[in-house]
Amino acid sequence: MPILDRNSLDLLFDALKRRGFNLVGPTLHDGAIVYDALASTADLPVGWTDEQEGGRYRVKKRADEALFGYAVGPRSWKKFLFQPVQRLWQARREGEGFRIIPEEEKPPKWAFIGVRSCELHAIAIQDKVFISGPAPDSSYPTQRKDLFIIAVNCGQAGGTCFCVSMNTGPKATAGYDLVLTEVLEPARLAIGADRHYFVVEVGTDRGAEVLRDVPHTEATEQENAAAERVVEKTASQMGRTLDTTDIKNLLYRNFEHPRWDEVATRCLTCANCTMVCPTCFCSTVEDVTDLTGEHAERWRKWDSCFTMDFSYIHGGTVRSSVKSRYRQWMTHKLATWIDQFGTSGCVGCGRCITWCPVGIDITEEVRAIRETEK
Amino acid sequence: MGQGRKPKMAVWKFASCDGCQLSLLDCEDELLKIADRVQIAHFLEASRAVVKGPYDLSLVEGSITTPSDAVRIQEVRRASKFLVTIGACATAGGIQALRNFQDVKEFISIVYARPEYIQTLNTSTPIADHVSVDFELQGCPIDKRQLVEVISAFLHGRKPNTLSHSVCVECKLRGNVCVMVAHGTPCLGPVTHAGCGAICPSYDRGCYGCFGPKETPNTSSLSRWWGRLGVGEQDLVRVFRGVNAFAEAFRKESEAHERQNDQDQ
Repeated sequence: MPILDRNSLDLLFDALKRRGFNLVGPTLHDGAIVYDALASTADLPVGWTDEQEGGRYRVKKRADEALFGYAVGPRSWKKFLFQPVQRLWQARREGEGFRIIPEEEKPPKWAFIGVRSCELHAIAIQDKVFISGPAPDSSYPTQRKDLFIIAVNCGQAGGTCFCVSMNTGPKATAGYDLVLTEVLEPARLAIGADRHYFVVEVGTDRGAEVLRDVPHTEATEQENAAAERVVEKTASQMGRTLDTTDIKNLLYRNFEHPRWDEVATRCLTCANCTMVCPTCFCSTVEDVTDLTGEHAERWRKWDSCFTMDFSYIHGGTVRSSVKSRYRQWMTHKLATWIDQFGTSGCVGCGRCITWCPVGIDITEEVRAIRETEK
Repeated sequence: MGQGRKPKMAVWKFASCDGCQLSLLDCEDELLKIADRVQIAHFLEASRAVVKGPYDLSLVEGSITTPSDAVRIQEVRRASKFLVTIGACATAGGIQALRNFQDVKEFISIVYARPEYIQTLNTSTPIADHVSVDFELQGCPIDKRQLVEVISAFLHGRKPNTLSHSVCVECKLRGNVCVMVAHGTPCLGPVTHAGCGAICPSYDRGCYGCFGPKETPNTSSLSRWWGRLGVGEQDLVRVFRGVNAFAEAFRKESEAHERQNDQDQ
């Protein structure tokens, strides 16, 4: 496999920029590692890592200069492909009727840098919903069209990660143009210097074409083995586990279970879990008029099954209790999603656990229900 | 609204700081458009010129704290086809509702030289406790974009887009990093009504709950978590005793911590 040294990574960024890509990837912002615009590798969280637990996230310095030495942060890639707030169209009054002014949307040509395996699975899930599902989206395919993905095999697991349980990581298996494994080797006693390089696997012809522009060498057997060890180590470090055995029927059998009442005493119905979830795809539309009534706009915004409005139909809200909303979310994510789209809706990224303001843990909720059946 | 006649709008003040009425004057560009579409018939903060009722739309600011205001709000209701309360005073009793947790007579005897001149009620109560209200717009002060939205919706006979979910949703739509999870800053966002656009968390501060309780607020769960962040019972009483102290969910939460604090003493 090819390898790139640390400094060649900037040349890879340049090769993408020359092809007109807008680079986005992890960067340090407001005490968290979030996805945003990148100019060079200096914008990456060089030498930073994170600590994650239920309801708690902190960044801290690492002992080395790793570029990708952390788990996933609060923003997922869905922010770019399925925008949080988006105008769908405008309308202007004309005589007795009105004229629709459609939104012009240009493919943005994103290059995502540092996409993790769980996130590749999440993007694949949203592709199914928004592109090949029964109701294709008007905007997502345009945002998605030219997307170039440089994935990264995780070098460490976060405290709330459970991709191994969901069979979605930590090694990227599909859905990328290039995937990197970051290897940091401290200098051996007395000989050599610290080594910092990336073992590259090519996923597409487009990926191969870009890589040809960047100086690289072929990895030795030892270097390939070192990359394998990185992923194996990560797989052994998962902060959480979720037993998915017959999970669909487990939850279907337990629509009525005292645990739902218990979690309802803790759940804030604040919707944070659904906002940070990389697969949650619900949205609402708002029609607004200006004061004159001559101009109207339709906006789409992320919505959540945790709001009262979400299940409002004529006469009231269907899921008015906290219990019914938490149950709906978790049962959809882990069970009814399988009937609907053929896969689980959960990729084990752990965001819903970390970013729940009161640390509700989906793996713990499943465990609690499963244990009462034993 | 029928064609031809401009709807008549009135703005009323009860016990309040006038800040919400100022939000209307603060509309600037939109204010001219509003004045173009409605006849501003009664708005003493802006003009002494008063047009007689009845009024198509009344915006009511402030809470009821005196016997005379308890009568006056009935008159305002009778003169108004559509009555909208604006701000924490009108929707929840405001900061002056802190009196509801204390003995008002005792205050008066300490503060005033001639307490017998003071005519006031023992409580500060929201407008909806006295008359039927057609729409409530929460916030301290209200958000001027939301006010324009409510007036626009009224003019065009549609439902206003003023969502009652948490402030957290606004934070996430803006791309804010959660101050509670990432910094350990206590934040009322998860129990607070959206509408401000998540101003405080956008500047790295916790939400103070100015917009009052959201739909289905789970204040006790949030309080337990704040306890883990090191916030004590007495501080939890204060946290929920802000401008929305008398809103039911916040009132019950502060009273629970008051009882707990008394037991701990």
